Amino acid sequence: MTDGGYQDPARHLEEIEIEPPERDAAEIPELHEVDCPTDLREEIEAAVGRYPEPRSASIPALWAVQRRYGWCTPEGIRQAAAVMRISPAHLEAVATFYDLFRLEPAGRHEVLVCTNISCWMGGADELLDAVCEAADADREKATHEGATSADGELFISSFQCMGACDIAPMAAIDGRYVGPLGIDDAATVVEQIRAGKEALPDKSLSRRGAAGGPEPEPDPRVKESI
Amino acid sequence: MAAETRLLFRDIDEKGLADIDTYRRLGGYEAAGKAFKRMEPDDVLNELESSGLRGRGGAGFSMGKKASFLPRGEMDKYLCCNADESEPGAFKDRELIQKNPHQLIEGIMIGALAAGANRCFIYIRGEYAEFADILERAVGQAYDAGYLGEDVLGTHHQVELVVHRGAGAYICGEETALLDSLEGKRGNPRLKPPFPAIKGLYDGPTLINNVETLSNCPHIINRGADWFKGFGTEQSPGTKVVSVSGRVRRPGNYEVELGIPSREIIYGLAGGPPPGREVKAWFPGGSSAPVLTGAELDLPYTFEDMQKAGSMLGSGSIIIADETVSIPRLALRTARFYHHESCGKCTPCREGTNWTVKMLERVIRGDATPMDLDVTASVQDNIIGNCLCVLGDSMAMPVGSMVRKFRDEFEGAIEAGRAAAAVPLEEAEEWAPLEVG
Repeated sequence: MTDGGYQDPARHLEEIEIEPPERDAAEIPELHEVDCPTDLREEIEAAVGRYPEPRSASIPALWAVQRRYGWCTPEGIRQAAAVMRISPAHLEAVATFYDLFRLEPAGRHEVLVCTNISCWMGGADELLDAVCEAADADREKATHEGATSADGELFISSFQCMGACDIAPMAAIDGRYVGPLGIDDAATVVEQIRAGKEALPDKSLSRRGAAGGPEPEPDPRVKESI
Repeated sequence: MAAETRLLFRDIDEKGLADIDTYRRLGGYEAAGKAFKRMEPDDVLNELESSGLRGRGGAGFSMGKKASFLPRGEMDKYLCCNADESEPGAFKDRELIQKNPHQLIEGIMIGALAAGANRCFIYIRGEYAEFADILERAVGQAYDAGYLGEDVLGTHHQVELVVHRGAGAYICGEETALLDSLEGKRGNPRLKPPFPAIKGLYDGPTLINNVETLSNCPHIINRGADWFKGFGTEQSPGTKVVSVSGRVRRPGNYEVELGIPSREIIYGLAGGPPPGREVKAWFPGGSSAPVLTGAELDLPYTFEDMQKAGSMLGSGSIIIADETVSIPRLALRTARFYHHESCGKCTPCREGTNWTVKMLERVIRGDATPMDLDVTASVQDNIIGNCLCVLGDSMAMPVGSMVRKFRDEFEGAIEAGRAAAAVPLEEAEEWAPLEVG
């Protein structure tokens, strides 16, 4: 008996693995090709379900990928694309447009220092100098694409107006707003982040007191006829 | 003594206001009940229109009129709340969301009823993660209490609401770029017309309003358009939450009646510049507004008066620079922001912002000649009105106004820079910040 041209399927697969086909970013990968973790898949599916059109979940999906992997990894983007049934090329195009998406590995904790007009007038450039120095991060890079500290713990970047000029100069530490910050605060911030603590809790915007200004004078028109 | 007039901010510092129970205890959701149960959608629309409420996001267009542009009839219609507050100097929407999210949700319900919209979105900038969390929790509570969903308050009206987080792009505050971003694309502005009211989100009719605009709606429905018109001026009725920042002693949000003298906001409420200092230049409406000088502090704070003075009320964000601030450096800081944020779709904006930054850097470095100031001015003229959206104009207007109003200082900077000769830009940029307070 001969094998009649029989090919061992395992051997066939092995050959494919040795020479994987070129990845086409325009082609939608199949779910089984990407090995997407279940919780990530479920999170993206839930996001897709909130919109009339699945593509609207592009930004939420990229957020999910970044939360999971620390940055928008090419593999993570393929996983999201497979779940959403859109091309990885589309998701990459979206990821590169928005400043908060990281396109390469970055420090674990994010410190964004606002350097726009109001913060600048309050000394934001000097604050950024001090944070970079305390964390041992490249100051020049921090102004542009952002810099990761030598120990890989912090990602430091100057950022444009974050909508908290009332606490200028300010920073967003892992998304939490703190300010007003003095140069002396820089070392404390870096130290507390490295120790895994909440940085400058007393300067959190969420713990700030009343909205600006003195108590309003009573105005008869405000009170009448509820 | 200058005073605030608090309508939207009435209970702003009430403990637990972000919670639905506290909000309801203070009279919250009564306007929604009235609108959905006891009023016809057309009457709600009429009330909003006759109140004269103008958009608080920057353009100042009549909110009711905008809602009336949406076609009638059975179809999916959309309401997008623009919470992509990214204008340098603006932080009013942040405080409204952070402390009183239900006022906004109630406003969205009323806006949706007036426009016949069944699907609503809040596009909130990605940086506002803390505040988006607060908003999401409030939306969840509103769904549980029956204010949102397929059958609002048992009235067969559907209002679905989704909080959509952006990811850091100033341009997405422009309404058509916001729509592209919400559709999951890069946030590039679209050609108008068609306007979003006709062809907006998913090509359907769409009403887009700012957070503060919508937060006004419950008060108008509760107490009527005539009551609302009792505040402010004829052309700018109501109050305005004004964000004051920069060189002032008490930066913060102040809700004032439109029409009060600007000086009262800057000095009376925000405390004015540090002792011994004067206001040199101020932006009356965020960094895209042409600057005004210390001689223009008595202008009434209204849409129309700011326009007459050659500037704009915009988002209502006042940024103060005192006499120690270098105007050329302020211009450079402003220009760099818009250069960074230009989406690159239109050439005048993409190239114009780039050239402006380069020329201002030359001014500060001392490589420029006074003729370059004329070139800078002409670049601004070539940007304005020549792009799909106003991002480029937003740089051209303030930078142009600074060169016009403070030309001596630019010429002085050029001379000083040339005298110092070949100082690296980084060194030339160094200056000592002043303590505020």
